[in-house]
Amino acid sequence: VLPNVLTLETFFPQVCVHHVRSCSSIRFIKSKYACVFDKSAFNFSHQHRFFRTSAVSRGQIVQFKLSDIGEGITEVTVKEWYIKEGDSVSQFDSICEVQSDKASVTITSRYDGVIRKLHYNLDEIAYVGKPLVDIEIDASKGVAPEEDVVETPAMSHEEHTHQEIKGHKTLATPAVRRLAMENNIKLSEVIGTGKDNRILKEDILNFLAKQTGAILPPSPKAEIIAPLSKSETVPTAPKDKARKIPIPISRPIVFSGKDKTEPVTGFHKAMVKTMSAALKIPHFGYCDEIDLTHLVQLREELKPLAQSRGIKLSFMPFFIKAASLGLLQYPILNASLDESCQNVTYKASHNIGVAMDTEQGLIVPNVKNVQVSSIFEIASELNRLQALGSAGQLGTNDLTGGTFTLSNIGTIGGTYAKAVILPPEVAIGALGKIQVLPRFNGKGEVFKAQIMNVSWSADHRIIDGATMARFSNLWKSYLENPASMLLDLK
Amino acid sequence: MVLQSSFKSCLPLSCLLRTPRAGFGGTASGGLIIQSLSNDVYQNLAVEDWIHDHMNLENRHVLFLWRNSPAVVIGRHQNPWQECNLQLMRQKNIKLARRRSGGGTVYHDLGNINLTFFTARKKYERMENLKLVVKALKALRPQLNIHVTDRYDILLDGQYKISGTAAKLGRTTAYHHCTLLCNANKFLLSSVLKSPYKGLKSNATPSVPASVKNLFEEDPSLTCEMLLDAIAEEYATQHRIDHHITLIDPTDETVLPGINDKSKELQTWEWVYGKTPKFSVSTCFNMIYKDSVLDVKVDMDVKHGRIEACDIDLPQQWLPPALCSELVKSLTGSKFCPNETTALSSTLLRTCPQDYELHRKWNLLCENMTMLM
Repeated sequence: VLPNVLTLETFFPQVCVHHVRSCSSIRFIKSKYACVFDKSAFNFSHQHRFFRTSAVSRGQIVQFKLSDIGEGITEVTVKEWYIKEGDSVSQFDSICEVQSDKASVTITSRYDGVIRKLHYNLDEIAYVGKPLVDIEIDASKGVAPEEDVVETPAMSHEEHTHQEIKGHKTLATPAVRRLAMENNIKLSEVIGTGKDNRILKEDILNFLAKQTGAILPPSPKAEIIAPLSKSETVPTAPKDKARKIPIPISRPIVFSGKDKTEPVTGFHKAMVKTMSAALKIPHFGYCDEIDLTHLVQLREELKPLAQSRGIKLSFMPFFIKAASLGLLQYPILNASLDESCQNVTYKASHNIGVAMDTEQGLIVPNVKNVQVSSIFEIASELNRLQALGSAGQLGTNDLTGGTFTLSNIGTIGGTYAKAVILPPEVAIGALGKIQVLPRFNGKGEVFKAQIMNVSWSADHRIIDGATMARFSNLWKSYLENPASMLLDLK
Repeated sequence: MVLQSSFKSCLPLSCLLRTPRAGFGGTASGGLIIQSLSNDVYQNLAVEDWIHDHMNLENRHVLFLWRNSPAVVIGRHQNPWQECNLQLMRQKNIKLARRRSGGGTVYHDLGNINLTFFTARKKYERMENLKLVVKALKALRPQLNIHVTDRYDILLDGQYKISGTAAKLGRTTAYHHCTLLCNANKFLLSSVLKSPYKGLKSNATPSVPASVKNLFEEDPSLTCEMLLDAIAEEYATQHRIDHHITLIDPTDETVLPGINDKSKELQTWEWVYGKTPKFSVSTCFNMIYKDSVLDVKVDMDVKHGRIEACDIDLPQQWLPPALCSELVKSLTGSKFCPNETTALSSTLLRTCPQDYELHRKWNLLCENMTMLM
């Protein structure tokens, strides 16, 4: 007797069931509908409970028809497919998006199974009542799919309403929900192991088993769920402990996360190229500590003045101007080596790049001609670049032509860093965060100092350590004693 | 004319979900009127998504009232490059949003009100909703000459569009939303909804342009508040519920759990731009370089908002061919986005020969390319 098959017709007058595999027994319900069922598959599910071969090949193909849209609409345009042929779907998964006269409709699957055929291409017109996709239903799960539940099931039950309200849409078929309800189980307490954390029948049974301490019959799946051992449920007496060492139970850890691979494109692809070129530069590093106590004070004094002119004054304009003054003495740091390493070009303009962290990633706009700019001018230019950067509107001119770079990584955090030189430049400085630390003054007394670390990287093919050190010392002296900058300002 | 002012309160939505406000003598039919406290288009669209996904509307109807600060909202299957002036929007800081319902492109600002009618899927009926709106407006100002067309627009004086409609149908629920122009910036509306991009070919749903008018122009005493109130009152009457508007905060996770994730998703590039149906760009432009004019021809295929294929036809030897092909290679797979293109072209320049002329030419070409986006 195959009760499911007999009632299929009455429940789904519109469903046309085909069976593609040849089989030993054929049973006809009506001359129109040939409902073919493989007897051997049925024997399988009765006798061989503990094993399951890949019974997918024995599934039935069901033609899922486009259901009524409402308002007397008969045709729609297919706008997007969410699945492709060969994908597995579960009941209620989205299949496609169709559009009809300003209305966008999400069509969801009525069955669990595998998509075997899409009847329409994108932008084609689909007809209500005609097949949309062919789904192969898993035979071992039974032929009769869940009843077409248009309204959310078991909603009158308070608990289930609550679960939907919590925003966590607990996915479960109506049969599973019924099972949970009959056993007074809250779906929100059950861990779902199906697709999208869907709660399966096995999950409910596992949950029940845990509650009652029962030992489950081995599930039809290949994985074995270890029965609960006594040592977990019953506290052992000290005597027992001396005699027995509890064997740790290893439960299979269920983790449904998947690796995600995506191509490297656009800006990131360009960065790969640039950084690979940068690797060819032999880097050396040089680090130091700067006492910014005086500079902090100076900035506090100048901030309101800049504000009155509509400009936000940070520390960067000082760092940038000091660097430019240093580059005047050590122009090799503002140079560029050609590809063949035959010629060094000393750049006249100090176009100092400032590393910026945006949604895209690291971009480096530069302040042009710092050598002839005042600190206020540098500050206002920085404001402009920062505003454009956060709006994502920096232009090519702002992003090209840099000759030297400073990266203020300290605003995010960190002390020392090893920055990578951005070709075609030959040096870069990474600035750590400003920390208040105890230091000794000339009289041997401890005082509160505002300390910042700087980490320089330079191209060792044309820059030597001594040059870098002397540049750094000069830069440091300007910042530790800002008044000295006045002497050399151009 | 005395208007019954609506009683507004802030209640946890969960309370209202469990105890539908059945009217007197009513059957299980319940109704709910809610209004957003936010003017953020993404947050408000997220509220629509949340109600659509989480509320049980089996025997319940919900009316959602909302307004947005300046934004352009395109339909689910539309192409923003075809529909609006993205460059102007970036300059004016006007947001771009893609909604989940179908239909065409609209401009929102605080002078426009949005109404969303939520029902069970079976009870989806747009004409009824629009007739309700017209009835409410006529009750407020009987002299208004307004009617609903068979395209679900509301016209003023038989020719000016004051409301457009769109809808979304899911498995168990559906919603129909529409705009209503009270006092919107018509000048900005028309300039922002005009696309400057040429040579686009696509199967995306096109918008049907229409002459619009504000109700304010017909009757300067009208305000958005009055319109919202009148519509809420008519809705309350028809669904036999109290004229009570519940205010909701679209950032409150306790009332709307999971709402912030929904707002975030609506703001991602992948949703706003990436959901554009496949299209192609075939255009040409002139570049002026050192007293000579150059013709450049560009062909691009864009899928999921990314450049699938790209061809740039430049005058021979103007740029080294190796460099040209490097640019084309980098653009392939990249987002069809001016920001992305500028960033990648500037970065690529670092590994090119350091030639001032070359850099100038490269920057000129890339700037023109970004103008297409």
